[in-house]
This record gives sequence, C-alpha cells and structure tokens, in this order.
Amino acid sequence: MSDTANRQSEALLSVRSLSVEFGAGEGAFKAVKDVSFDVKPGKTLAVVGESGSGKSVTSLAIMRLTDYTGGRITSGQVLFRPEGAEAIDLVQASDSKLREIRGNDIAMIFQEPMTSLNPVFTIGNQIAETLILHQGLNGREARLRARDLLQKVRLPDADRLLDRYPHQLSGGMRQRVMIAMALACNPKLLIADEPTTALDVTIQAQILNIIRDLQAEMGTAVIFITHDMGVVAEMADDVVVMWKGEKVEQAPVRDVFASPQHPYTKALLSAVPRLGSLTGQPLPKRTPVMIMDGGVAKPVGGTHEQNTADYTKPILQVDKLTTRFDVGKTFFGRVTHRVHAVEEVSFDIYPGETLALVGESGSGKSTIGRTLQQLVEPTGGTVRFDGRDMAAMSHAERRRLRQEIQYIFQDPFASLDPRHTVGYSIAEPIIVHGLINDRKARERRVHELLDQVGLQPQHAKRYPHEFSGGQRQRICIARALASNPKLIIADESVSALDVSIQAQIVNLLMELQERRRLSYLFITHDMAVVEKISHRVAVMYLGQIVELGSRQAIFENPQHSYTRKLLAAVPIADPQRERAKVRIEGEIPSPVRPVGQEPAIHRMREVEPGHWVAIEADSLRGAA
Amino acid sequence: MAGFILKRLLQAIFVILAVTLIVAFAIRLSGDPAVMLLSGGGNVTEQDLQNIRQALGLERPFYVQYLGFLRGIFVGDFGKSFMGATPVSALIAQALPATLLLAFVSLLISIVLSVPLGIYAAVHRGRWPDQLIRILSLVGLSFPNFWLAIMLVLLFSIVLGILPPSGMEGPESFVMPALTMAIILTATNVRLVRTSMLETLSQQYIMVARSKGLRDRVVLYKHALRNSAIPLVTYIGLQFGSLIGGIVIVERVFNWPGMGSLAFDAISNRDYPVLQGAITVLALFIVLINLLVDIAYGLIDPRIRTE
Repeated sequence: MSDTANRQSEALLSVRSLSVEFGAGEGAFKAVKDVSFDVKPGKTLAVVGESGSGKSVTSLAIMRLTDYTGGRITSGQVLFRPEGAEAIDLVQASDSKLREIRGNDIAMIFQEPMTSLNPVFTIGNQIAETLILHQGLNGREARLRARDLLQKVRLPDADRLLDRYPHQLSGGMRQRVMIAMALACNPKLLIADEPTTALDVTIQAQILNIIRDLQAEMGTAVIFITHDMGVVAEMADDVVVMWKGEKVEQAPVRDVFASPQHPYTKALLSAVPRLGSLTGQPLPKRTPVMIMDGGVAKPVGGTHEQNTADYTKPILQVDKLTTRFDVGKTFFGRVTHRVHAVEEVSFDIYPGETLALVGESGSGKSTIGRTLQQLVEPTGGTVRFDGRDMAAMSHAERRRLRQEIQYIFQDPFASLDPRHTVGYSIAEPIIVHGLINDRKARERRVHELLDQVGLQPQHAKRYPHEFSGGQRQRICIARALASNPKLIIADESVSALDVSIQAQIVNLLMELQERRRLSYLFITHDMAVVEKISHRVAVMYLGQIVELGSRQAIFENPQHSYTRKLLAAVPIADPQRERAKVRIEGEIPSPVRPVGQEPAIHRMREVEPGHWVAIEADSLRGAA
Repeated sequence: MAGFILKRLLQAIFVILAVTLIVAFAIRLSGDPAVMLLSGGGNVTEQDLQNIRQALGLERPFYVQYLGFLRGIFVGDFGKSFMGATPVSALIAQALPATLLLAFVSLLISIVLSVPLGIYAAVHRGRWPDQLIRILSLVGLSFPNFWLAIMLVLLFSIVLGILPPSGMEGPESFVMPALTMAIILTATNVRLVRTSMLETLSQQYIMVARSKGLRDRVVLYKHALRNSAIPLVTYIGLQFGSLIGGIVIVERVFNWPGMGSLAFDAISNRDYPVLQGAITVLALFIVLINLLVDIAYGLIDPRIRTE
C-alpha cells in the first residue's frame, strides 16, 4: 500500500480507472474501459495500439478534449500533479481551470500536420496567441519568443517564417511549427498523438530527434501515442499497450519487447516488420503471423521461401520513361512551371517477381504506377509489356492490356463503390472484359476468388461498409485477380493497414504470387515491408532511380547516399539497439521546375552484377 | 490576384452588355408605349400615335435605339422618361439610395442574426437549440415575402398602430420592409452558417485551438468563423441578386420610393428609358458586389491571395 502511494506521489499524471463513452442509451459505445497509468516527470510513456484500441480517445480525454467530440468520461480520475502544487482531478475541474492548464501545463501535438494549423492565420500569430494568453506577454514580446521557438525546432529563417501562412510550408515544417507552439509555455506534459505518422521517414527521423532533444532540455514528460513499434522502441521509457479500449500490458520498454506478457502484445510484436530481419537471405520469405482468436494468439501460415521469379524473359520493360505535368500558367495561358514527376526511368519486371519501388513524397513512384495503368499519359520513353510496345498498341490491345495489368490502391475504403455489392465489384472486370458471359459461371468464379483471398462465398452479397479495412483490401485484391492479370501494381496497398492486418495481406500477396506466377510492382515508402516482400528494389528520388538491385544488395550493401539515409531513418523495433548516429537534416526538394530548367539525368554504373547506382556529384552528396 | 481581378472585370463588361441587350429587346415586346400614353384620351387617330412615336424616337431601327442607349450609359445620360420628360438619371438618383439603404439594412440585420444563431446551432448540433433554429428557419423559408409584408402591416400598423404602414419617413418606416427582407434572408443564411461551421468545427486546427486553452468565444469567432466565411461571402454575393428581386415586391407593398417601385411603374407604363436605366444600374450593382466578393476571398483566405 505504502509502495503504491509512494509511486503515485512521484507521478506527474495519474490516470485512474478512466472510462470514456460515446453516444447514449442502447447505442452507447465504450471507447476506453477502466484504463490506469502513470506518467513520471521528464519521462516518455508510449501508448500503443491499433485502430479502435482507444489510444487516441485516451489522449484526448486527459485534457477533457473529448468534451468536444461527443465523448463522456463516465468514471475515473485524471490526477495532474505539477511539482510543488496540489493534485488536480482534471475530470472534475472547472472549464476555466482546464483552460488555464491546456496549452500551458499540458500541451498537445496532433497527427496531421497539414490540417492542424489554421490556414488563415500566420505562423507567428498562432504561436504568439498561446504566449499572450498564458504568459501575459504583449504582442511584440510574444513575437520575439515565437521567433526563438522556431529556431529551437531548427527551422531556418525564423524571422520570415513568422509572417508566413501554413500552406506555404511543407508537412515536416508544419509539424515543427506545431511542436514550437506546443512547447511555447514550457509545458510539464506533452501529449503527442501519432505526430510523425503522416510524414516521410527521413522527416520523421528529424521530428523524433527534435522532440527527444527538447524533452531532455526542458524536462518535459511525454505521452507518445503511436501504432509504430519502431517509434516506440526509439522514444519510450515505458509502454502501455491498449487493445479494444483496455490496457492489456504496461512495462518498461525493454521488457515489453524482450518478454511480452499479454497474448495481444505478443501477436502485435510478431506482426511488426523489422528492418534487417532477412539479413543474409537472398529470397523474400513468408513467415507465420500471430492473430488474436478468442483472446489467445494463434500462429497462421508457415515459412516459405518466395522462389518464384523466372529471370529468362521480362514481362514488363520500361525504358527512359518520362512523365511531366504542366503547372503554373501566366495570364495568357503560357506554362511557366512543370512537375518533373518521372525522368528517364528504366527497369524490367520478370514473371513471378516483385519489384519494389521505394521513395518519399514527390519521388514519382506513384506516377510510374499510374502511367503503366494508362491513367496518365507518359511524356516520353517506351513501355513494353510481353514484348509489345504500349505506344504502338491499337485501342483493342490497350483494353486487353488493362486486363493484364491490374491495380490495387492504397485506400480500401475509397476504392470500392459503396452502392454495389462486393460480388458485383469483383465481377465487374470479368464483365467489362467479356471473360465469362454465363451468369452462373461468373458467380462461381467470384466465389472462387473470394475463397482465394480468405473470405467466404456468401460475402459476395454484402456491401463494402459491412467489412473491416483488412477485409476490404482482400476484396480489392480479389477484384484485381478477377481478370487473370499477369502484373499487379500495388500502390501503398498495405500502408494504411494495422500491422497485424498488414502482415496477413503481405502473406496473402506472396501466396497468390506463388500460386499464379504473378508479378508485382510494389510501390511503397515502407522499407521494412519492402525487405519482406520484394525480390528486387528500385530506390527513387526526385523522379529518378538512384539505386536498383537485388533486395539483399540494397539492404546489405547500399551504395547511394540517399538509400543509406532512407535506411538509417527507419525506426527499428528494438530498444536494445544503439540509436543511429547519423543526423538526418534537410527537406525533400520539390520536383516542380520552371520551364526550360531541365533536371540533370543521373548516369548509372553497375557496382556488382545487377546492382546499379547513380553516379553522385559531390554537390548532390551534400544535399541528399 | 491582380490578373484574377482583371479577368473578372472583363467578364463584368460582357455581363452588363448582355443584360442591357436583353432588357432593351424584351421591353419592346411588351407593347406600344404610344398607345399607353394616349389611352383614355378619347378619339385617337393613327396619325396621333405616329406623332408620339416620332417624338419618342421609336421609329428608328432597334439597333440605333440600342446603340444610343449604350452610348448614354457611358456619359450617365439614360434619356428622358416617357412620362413627364424627367431625366431618367434624376429619377434613379432619387430612387437608388432608398433601395440600397433598404438592401444593406436588410442584409446587415440578417448577418447579425444568422451568424450567431448558425454558430449556436452548429455547436449544439442535434440538440434542442439546433432543432428549434432549424424549424424556425424552415418556417421563415416557407413565407412568401409579399404575404409576410402584408401580415406585418396588419399587425404593426393596423392592430397595434405603432409603425407607419408605408412610405419612407424616419427610421421607424425602415422596420417593416427591412424586417420582411431580413427574415427571409436569415432563414437561408442561418442554415448556411450552420453547415459551414459544422464543416469547420470538425477540422483538426479547431481541436488544436481548444488544446491551447483558448476560450470558446475565441475558438468560434476567431479560428472557426473566418474559415467558414468563404462559402458565406460567396452566397451573400449571389443572394444580392435575389435580394434586389425581392425588394421590387416589398417596395410595392410598403410604397417604398426605391428602384423597385420605379421599375414596376416603368413596366406598367412601358416607359422604356426608365426601365432600361433602372435595370442597368441594378445589374451594375450586382456585378460590382460580386466583384467585391472575389476581392474579399483574397482578404479572408491567404491561400487565394498568394496564388
């Protein structure tokens, strides 16, 4: 008893038996159930969980921001105990007391940097607002402090930034502004809700560094809400694991990774793709996934080497593909700027092979996928499918090509028509391409496809909203398979999924590849997934391939500075590991250029058989 | 921004040209003003009519008449009324302030009412204040303006006897015409404010503003309102057209000496110059208001300004 009392007294924030409910009466939904944890001064507590775990609601409930989202705290306490002051129960606190604490003693950073700053006020105005409100500074003093804060989060040219508007800044810069704003009043506690999820990995690494440095400097305690175990391993002192609204595990970070206790934690950790897990192995590999089944974790699937690629004759040959878009026109309609999305990109894909196209925003990786699917017209270059030149194809041949190349999109919620049954959506490509005209036979085919992606035939009669995100992505895969394609372009197809679902979908894709000799163009920013699924990897930067080689060559012997930087930036789900010494700096440059200023095309050299690297000028080495 | 405004100005010129052409053409389909002028004057010979047409310049071909009218616009001379030979510009100069004053007072009342009510409804979404405001707005939308005007006269002038039933004398004469217009405007605007605010309030920067510890008033009126303003300002600009249309009827009921009454009489009398002049001036104002709306976008939203 005295031990718990003691521990409680040193906590800065104690959440006790907190429950949060949405809605009322019959339809009431308990988002958070009886959750308790402590946050110690100056330490970082990570709250991890997948979608629907209640982690974000918990973070909002601490400052009672759930009041504004229709949530009700039905029981429990949130005791906030700043050093040398009386503990306050925020659940019972008055509105004016809460306003005093919000932004001053407890501050928050949100997930979406693109939407968390008000678009109609300047950066300076938005930071100064907090300072004027809580610190009683006048306008001029607040502006000076705001400038200092911008320098603290390592934003260059702070003076000019004060008068800029959010839309003039990149996502990474906006998130730094958000951090500056949150830290303005030296809060005792910072709540960061997925602050880097929407950012590119090199930018994420910078933001994590800034949070860590400022935390050490200012002694701020941090609650870090995330779904990314890699980020947890890099940031947290203690970890709370949430599942379906409940806390299922709490322990110091090393213990959680070394000896997880709860079955869900074990399942979660087994599903996390770990960079470097296939070191020394030439082929991608399917591994069993633990899934939760009635409260216990159960392994699904076996271990298979993915020896499916046949390197005799390529199915797709892309040669010097260039795609540009016009942007920016003068008053008289003359084009002033162009997006150089893809510049002279060349690669081949072989039957049964997965080629991963990796890169950050603006690298042009998605444009390549869309060009191959004939959703975008290329500006130059040739694409050959099965030896036939796409540009020379007749209308009918192009239609046929659409049948042989299929596309799986990122967002399974947006890519299925909500007004049609799932069965109809899957049958549509069969009807469009006139593959099976008999109704009964078509129905059988749909059932077969559903079965292949791990769903039930009777699901065909249901509508998309009746399925979870993972199931919908399975439906999208079934639809892509319907026309018997040879090549599937998967554009960030697993990025939006929870890791446990992601691991299952990756396994499914690999299984289908083996069964049907499918080729995949796997477009993603996630290096850990790439390591697991791909035979070869092409790294893209600003519209060009900077490195291309076997998976093993890219991951174990990266040559280009950008590839190395990309790999170094990936958070590793292992708290024992030394933190990367490399400091990553710099924004990703824009692919938009004034007309007439063509980018220099990198020349490639072969460093070992099949491993090509762009020759770097020294200037580029510095910039990348 | 400058290029944008220049484009809009060019468009505005075409709009005005089109409006004048349609008005000048359409009114000439409505009948012969000469017959109108001489009606009730006993025996009228074809020669009398011919003389009048000659005197009014109606014998000339349509394009000559139209070009004369166009030229007049640039020098501010809309000709003389067929009734009593008063210069049209003098008639408009008399009527325009009355109408504009009524329009702006109505609009102002409507904004002052609909913004707080709409915000209040949005904040209390789904609860009884929201339901009540939405029901009242639907009731307001269902009133035809002339009926509402007559009911107001019945109540305030005849039963209670506290407001003058017609004319424009003193501030109390504004109450009923302005209220009639304002009630109808508010009924639509309140819904627009509500919808627009709901959209804004769901944005993450509103949660950020709350997490900073700002008062509700600051969150709503500083952070949210300006972001909701673009659709509002757009709609108010468009509304100005129907506002002018509504005013013609309301002016009639209250015998308000404005452009509506002027235009109405001109139609009854087939008084071409007055009608052409009145419609052109009103069209100019509507175009001008919409140009101001475009400029206001830039002031409200920096994303448009810096494009």
